[in-house]
Order: sequence, then structure tokens, then C-alpha cells
Amino acid sequence: MADETRGRHDYAALGFKCGLEIHQQLDTGKLFCRCQSGVVDVDEVESLTEFTIERRLRPTESELGEMDPAAAAEARRGLLFRYHGIEDHSCLVEADEEPPHQPDGDAIDITLTLAALTGARVVDEIEFMRKIVIDGSNTSGFQRTGLVALGGEVEGVGILTTAIEEDSCRKLDTDEEGVVNYTLDRLGVPLIEVATDPTIRDAQHAKEVAARIGALLRATGRVRRGLGTIRQDLNVSIACGDRVEIKGVQDLRSIPRVADKEIDRQLHMDHIKTTLHERGIDAARLDKVAAVDVTLQLKASKSKVVQGAMKRKGVVLALPLPGFDGLIGGTADGPRLGKEFAAYAKKYAGVRGVFHSDELPAYGIEQEEVDAVRDALRLDTHDGFVLAAESATVARAALDAVLERAKLCLVRLPREVRNALPDETTVFLRPLPGAARMYPETDVRPVAVTDERMARILSMLPERPEESVGRLVQQHKVSTEVAVQIVGEGLLPLYDTVLAQVGRPNELARLLLQTLPELSAEDVDTAPLSDGVTLVTLLGALDAGRFAKEALTDVARAYCQSPDAGVEGAISAAGAEAVDESEVVDVIARIVEGHSDFVKERGKAAVGPLMGIVMKELRGKADGALVSKVLAEEIGKRA
Amino acid sequence: MAETTTTTLKDELIDQAGATPGDRIRVVLPDGTVHEGRLMPTHSFSRPGTLVLKLDNGYNIGLNTPEGTKLDLVAPEPAVSVPERKAPKGDKTLPTVQILGTGGTIASYVDYRTGAVHPAKRAEDLALMVPEVFDIANIRSKVVVEMFSEDMQPTEWQQIAEEVAKAFEAGARGVVIPHGTDTMGYTAAALAFMLPQLPGPVVLVGAQRSSDRPSSDAAMNLKAAVRIAATAHLGEVVVVMHDESDDTRLAIHRGVRVRKMHTSRRDAFRSINHPPLGYLEDDEVLLAAHIRPTTPLSEQKDGKVPRFLAMDEEVSMIQSYPGLWPDHILDVVKKGTILVGTGLGHVARRCLDAIRECTARGAYVVMTSQCLYGRTNMHVYATGRDLIHAGVISGEDMLPETAYVKLMWVLGQTQDPDEVRRNLHTNLVGEMDERTEMTTYLE
Repeated sequence: MADETRGRHDYAALGFKCGLEIHQQLDTGKLFCRCQSGVVDVDEVESLTEFTIERRLRPTESELGEMDPAAAAEARRGLLFRYHGIEDHSCLVEADEEPPHQPDGDAIDITLTLAALTGARVVDEIEFMRKIVIDGSNTSGFQRTGLVALGGEVEGVGILTTAIEEDSCRKLDTDEEGVVNYTLDRLGVPLIEVATDPTIRDAQHAKEVAARIGALLRATGRVRRGLGTIRQDLNVSIACGDRVEIKGVQDLRSIPRVADKEIDRQLHMDHIKTTLHERGIDAARLDKVAAVDVTLQLKASKSKVVQGAMKRKGVVLALPLPGFDGLIGGTADGPRLGKEFAAYAKKYAGVRGVFHSDELPAYGIEQEEVDAVRDALRLDTHDGFVLAAESATVARAALDAVLERAKLCLVRLPREVRNALPDETTVFLRPLPGAARMYPETDVRPVAVTDERMARILSMLPERPEESVGRLVQQHKVSTEVAVQIVGEGLLPLYDTVLAQVGRPNELARLLLQTLPELSAEDVDTAPLSDGVTLVTLLGALDAGRFAKEALTDVARAYCQSPDAGVEGAISAAGAEAVDESEVVDVIARIVEGHSDFVKERGKAAVGPLMGIVMKELRGKADGALVSKVLAEEIGKRA
Repeated sequence: MAETTTTTLKDELIDQAGATPGDRIRVVLPDGTVHEGRLMPTHSFSRPGTLVLKLDNGYNIGLNTPEGTKLDLVAPEPAVSVPERKAPKGDKTLPTVQILGTGGTIASYVDYRTGAVHPAKRAEDLALMVPEVFDIANIRSKVVVEMFSEDMQPTEWQQIAEEVAKAFEAGARGVVIPHGTDTMGYTAAALAFMLPQLPGPVVLVGAQRSSDRPSSDAAMNLKAAVRIAATAHLGEVVVVMHDESDDTRLAIHRGVRVRKMHTSRRDAFRSINHPPLGYLEDDEVLLAAHIRPTTPLSEQKDGKVPRFLAMDEEVSMIQSYPGLWPDHILDVVKKGTILVGTGLGHVARRCLDAIRECTARGAYVVMTSQCLYGRTNMHVYATGRDLIHAGVISGEDMLPETAYVKLMWVLGQTQDPDEVRRNLHTNLVGEMDERTEMTTYLE
């Protein structure tokens, strides 16, 4: 039986194998040039674009004169790429107009630090390599990467490799002409890549391993925070198929569900294979299949896609798929072969989509038209088909791609790279690249990891996450829960920096863990309060009694809304100027006086009801403890 | 310091195991750690004694091999049979283009195992890297020389010029010369002077990114060069390279007017003081009006391409700079020199006597400018006038490198002082002009 808390499947019985690849951006300069690191806001790309360049990439032949399947897949598209050079973030190196400079020393130190934290064996010399990537995400057509350490362990799972590599370009969009737009700001930002072995036991374990690696990365204190700064790739296979790599799982919490849904998909594909075999379909049968022109049968169709193709003087081609009837559609929210077909057609022919027999009649295609197509293709009961309405060349390419995918249904689940989608399902991205894709980057000198360097790293090793939590609880008397959150969210460096100057651990924790996320949820830009200096000023004002801690949220909001007015400006904008003790006494005395009958009647029990009235006037201006002390005294005088 | 050749423990271990790069080996370190992978050659900046191993995951790692390390040969490198690649049968209906290989980045490919860059052994390999060229022309190919362009000498220019002439005589419509970019401008100028009447285009082409990179400019440049050689009505030596950083447009530069103006950019080559002869965009060749027309072989009495290959190598170039030492000039100048002067064409006054001594010995001294853009004019300032009196000849708006090649070539053709001077003052193949258009400066 599957353990519900560990995921939905009986993982051991399925032959579940799973490994992780974690990519974390480092908070240093770029790896191979001295540009500013990090990415600019998408809204600012246009105004910060300094230049654009249009390029094509051409697959290179390996020494055997064979093209890598992944490279071949990209080459079939012949795409044009437009790169947007972002001010201060891109130079000739990103533009692939200058060889790389020598690697950033800090980035290598951080990688060495992580290797030490996971107990990995560091290599004696880091040799940089070129990993061929021709989807345009690297202007050079390869990604530079260097293996820093082998081995190590987290949560009972072995680490295979720890590498330092350069991040790729950021994809903006693909325009109407099919030009893919990328920005150059992210290209070259250093990434640590940690790859585990495939011994992760179940879906939940995958999340735990990822969380621990993330925590160790943050323990170095030099990683970038925020959306897209850490990316998780999941390698999943079960006994009936080959390894599938799922890229870009953004949220740690979704890892178990992504893994489970991928198992569902793999099981479904295995079911399709079995059914096809039962129906007597083999490779020889599919080899004979050819697309047929069914323009005649469909040219009067009301389908918008077909009409559009007719207007552009296109054709409708139909690909018969013997034995596939009922296997393409699947269930509405479950895995579907149709989705795989569509992804292949999109990838290799650039079409938006294809129609398949399991979903027709629909989309304006009527039953009679479906019948006419089935007749034209001379289909039997168990046969299905796929339609493409496009220009003749594109439609043919689309159906060629569909047929290629259909043939794969007869064999083991193919080795491929898939993209994680927001709904936790995945979509085909490209075949899994072969190993031939790496060769030495001769432009970059190898980096010797000397004994002196390693000794320095070990002498400065940061606290492990659990040590940091212990220290925060002990030193600042915050709760374990708060400490875990501070450490877990990578806020420790900021927390330590601010507390070194102003001793308000609980207020700072509240500010970082509650107030700022709440303000963000209100759509307040909290960036003005994200640096240590401002936080020290704000908490310093609190410490000096300039406002009461009850007004912290209001002052923080006011500061974020107009940071130019400064902390003092924010205090007065929030109406939170603190009143001194004599004023507190005056206000309370007045209120108690005004309720003298009530006070006489209730005696000390009047504190509770009167507190509300007092706080209405003094909230945020006086410390709560002081208010209740004075109120008790004033009531005591009159009771 | 010379490179150290001390044998390290690593070398001994490799020797004992009888391993060579590419072989699968097993390394057992003294602490018991085992690494298995393929032995790789070390990077030239690796620390001595570092063993480089290619792991099965594709990564190379460097390992120290302290005393007590064991190294065993697991399996020799599997023999890789590189399929013999044959060029497609030439399409005789297409114009014939002769490719003459000379080496350089464009003609190199990477050994994916070691990362080392090797020259393509046959010009055919080069054409095969860009198979599209067989759709443009009936390709013939031959390797003339195989070297980095910085090593190229006048002897090689002569060899190439002779091959160019022969190619036309054997029926080629155009000639493409893949060349290293460092001195491509010099070779282009030399060929232009040596072959002043051409029946078709001679296109020098290079690459700024090696062809093993998916982003290489080699394929696009070579394709354009072949197209120009096959179709353009051009009777001169040109250089074809990217016109912009984008993979969109290429420029056709006159060989005697072009200069490499950037160490690494794709669009490093620029026509100086002269607009490009044309562009190639979307596979279409657009030529300007100021090209030199072809001279068909039928117009030559002997049916041959006239070639004037002789060069006098006793020519030098001297860059003027504030501390330039008069004795340096006396030491360097033999039969002639190109002064790369400051501004309008000046050198420090303290060098005047040395220059006078050179011209008095019969040496030719030609003034060009390190501004590169613009024309020398020695009439404006006193120093200039004194230089004229000292016998210095104005290089007009010629590039220093072109002037250098021209002087070598002129002295190769004649030693008669009047003839030499007359040639130096004459525009022979478009290398100088009396007019400079406003639009020629930095584009």
C-alpha cells in the first residue's frame, strides 16, 4: 500500500527512480565577465535595452560526423534569435563578441563552501567545459560549466556532482515572425548546480532533499533570493520507461505533485504501448503510414483553423494512425497522448496545434466531415487520425513529427526533457541530450583548488542551518519557529546585519516575516525596506521611542509608499509620533475621569473595557505596556 | 621563462600504465578514492603534474597524483572510424568556384575529445562543413598553405596569387580564399597588386568565431563568399565579412581598403576612407557603382591572368610615437619604410636628421597616418614641410598596411627611382583616391 503522506503511488513496486538537479543563482558578479549580475524587471526591459542583435545558431558536427539528437531537434527549426542587451548587464562577452574573461573567484569560493557543507570531494583543478545548447538561450551556442566536486550526501541521498556554471538568457517571447526574443541580463550569472543520485525514495522525499539542498545553499549567505533564482529539475523514471528530465519546477511544495503526475503519465504511456501491442500494431505497420490530403473533404468546414488555412491557400492533411482510436484523447484532467502529439508538432513545425480523432467532432468540425476523413483514409474501428491545417510544407512537417512520436509509443517511454507547467503537469521540450555535448572550454584557464584555498574555505565555513536556528533562539530569544523561518527563507545575513546594530530581534522578525509579505500582498512595493541600512534606521527610531511598536506596520507602509520622505517622514505620515509619559498620563486621566461612575462601580475590572477607549487615542503613539500600567494606576486612584 | 619539461609523477604513472590520451584509465588515490574515465591532454595553463580525466558524465576534472597514487589502463581508446566524407558531385550547370585553403579560424574544427582546434586538412572539409555551398556553385577545392595568418609571409602571398591565376585559367568563375583574419587585409592588398586584371572575383573570407561553435560566423561568411565568387561581376580582390554584429548582412570590402578594426567582433572588418563595394543580404548581392570590372581572359593576348608576383622584402613599418628614437629609424630602414605618423603625417623633429640620412642612402620613406581615417598632408605644419624637404613621400589616404604592401610590390617590379616614385604617387588598383567622401568616416 502506498503511504498517503509520502505520495499517491507504491513507489518501490513501480521501480521508482528519482534524482534532483538544483540550480541556484549566486549573489556575486557574473561568472565570465565583469558586468552587473542579476536580472532587471520585465517591465524595464524596453527602457533599459541598449542594443539588440539578431543571430542564428548552427548545429556543429561531433567528431563522428553525427549530430546530437537534441541539436538536430533545434536545427530543424532554423530559428532567428533577437538578443536585448541590458544596460550595465551586458557587454561583448554576453554578445558573444569577445572571449570569456577568467572566472569570478567569489563564485568558485561559494561553490567550494557548499561542497564542504555536503561533504563532497573537491577536485584538484576545475576544468571548464562547453555544453552545447542551441535553443538560443546562450549566444555562443553553449553553456560554460565546470565540475567542482564529486560525492557528498543530503537526507540520505548521494550527491553526484556539484558544478559552477553560467545561467542562460532570459526568454521574453516569440514574436509573430517566429523570432525568439531573449534578454542578456541573466546570461552569465553564476549558478551552482547540485545533482543527486537517483535514490530518492518517493515523491515526498524528493521535496525534502530539495529543501535541504536549498537550505545549505542559503547557509552560504551568498545566494540570490526571489522568484526564478533557484530552479529544480526532477529526473523521474519507473521500471517501464527511460529517464525523463523535468525542468523548471519553481516551487518546492509542488515537487511531490509534479512527480506523482509524471508517474501517472508514464503509466498511461505504458498502457498505450500495451494496448497497441494487443491490437497488433508494430513498427512495420506505422512505417507504411503516410499523410493524405483531405482538403477536399474539409474545405467547407466551419472550423476557424481550417478556414484560416484555406484563406492562406493552405491544405488539410490527415495522418492515419492504425490502432490509436481511443488512445489519443485520454481523460480530461489526466495524461493525454494528444498533448504529446501537439507538443511535437509545435516543436518541429511551429504549428499551434493539431486535431485528433478522439476529440472530434468539435472545434467546428462536424461528424460528417469526420466520417469523410475516415473514409478517405480507409480507417478501421480501432484506427485514429490526426489533422493539420497549414501550408503544405508546414502541415507535412507537423504530421511527420506526430508520426515520429506515434512510433515512440511502441517502444519504451522515450528519454526526453519536459517542462514543468503551473498545473504541475509537464510538456515535451526536447529529446534528452546525449553525452557528446561537452567539450573543453579552451578560452578559460583551469582553476587549481590549492590546499591554501581549501584551508581558507574550511576556516570560514558558515553555520549549517540547524546551527543558525540554535544560535538565533539562544542569542536573540526568538522562538524556534521564527528562527527556522528566518533561516529557511534565506534572511539570516540580513537579520544578523541589522541586529548587530539595533537590538530589536522580535520586531525585525515580525517585519521581515509578516509585515513586508502583508504589504506586498496589498501591492505596496516593499523594495525600499529590503536593505539593512534602512531597516537599521527604522528599528533605531523605534528603539529611541520615536514611535511605538504597535505602529510598526503603519510606519513601514508609509515608508515604502514614499521612501524619499525618510523614516521621520513616514512616522509623521502614519500619525505615529510617540507621546511622552506625562501626555499618556494626561490622556488616561481624562478618560478615567469621564467614566468615573463606571470605574467606581467596577473597580479594577474597569481596566479591560476602558483599555479599548484609551487605545483608540493612543494606539501606535505609546507603548502598550506603559498604557496598561498607567491605566491601572489611574483606576486604582479612583476605585 | 621557457616551459618546464620536468617529468612529474603523473607522467611516470601514465608511462608505466602505457596509457595515451583517449584511453580509459582507473586512478586510485592514496586515500582509496577511485576515479575512472578517459585520459585527457592537460590544458597549457594546468599546474604541472595535474592529471586531466574525462568522466562518463562528460566533465573533465583535474586531479593531483601524490606519491602512492595508482594508475591502470582499463581499455585503450576505441578506434573511431570517421566516415569518409565525399563532396557531392559537382553540378556542372552551376558556376565553378575554386576554394583555396590557407588556414585560420574559418578553416579549423574542434576535436570534441580534447577541445583542441585543428585545421581542416582539405578545403573540401571546409566546404562540407557548409554543404549549402554545393547548391550555389560547382566547388573545386585545394589547400595552398596551412597556417595561422600571423605567420604568413610574402612567399605565401605569391603562392596564393599563382594558384588564383591558375584557377581562373582552369575555368573558375571566381575564387574564394578562407584566411585567418589577423593579416587578411595584408594578403588581400598583396593579391590586389599582384593580380591587377582579374576575370572574376577573388574573395577572401574569415571567421571571428571558430566553426565548432554553433554561433560561428564561418558558415554565413563562407556561403556569402561563394555566392559572390559565383555571381558577382567584380574584377578585384575583396574581403567579405559580417557587416554588423547581427547575422543579417555582410559587407564586401575592397582588398586594398580594408582593415581589421576590432580584436574579436564579427564585424571587425571595415572599409577605411572608402565605402564598401557592396553588401549581401538575404542571399542577394548588392554592388556599388565604384567596383572594378572584370577583364575576361579572352582579352588577354596569351589567354592567361597577368601576374606580377615579385616582392622586395627589405621594407619596414615604423610607428611614430613621442619617444621614437632616431637611431631606431636608422637601424630599421633598408630599402624603404612606411612611417605611420601622427596626425596629418608627422614625426618628432628630432627624427628629421635620421630620415634625411635614410633618403640620402636611397631609401623610400612613405608617410601614412596612425589616425587611419583621413589623408596625410605635410604642407600644413612646419614639421610636415621639413619632412617633404627630407624626401618623404605622401601616402595620401592609403592605409599604412596597404602602403607597406604596395612599396614591397613596387620595389619588386622596378628599382628605377623615377618609376618607383611614379608608382607610389599613382592609384594602381583603387588603393588611393584624390577624393574622400564625407560619409566614409566611421561608417
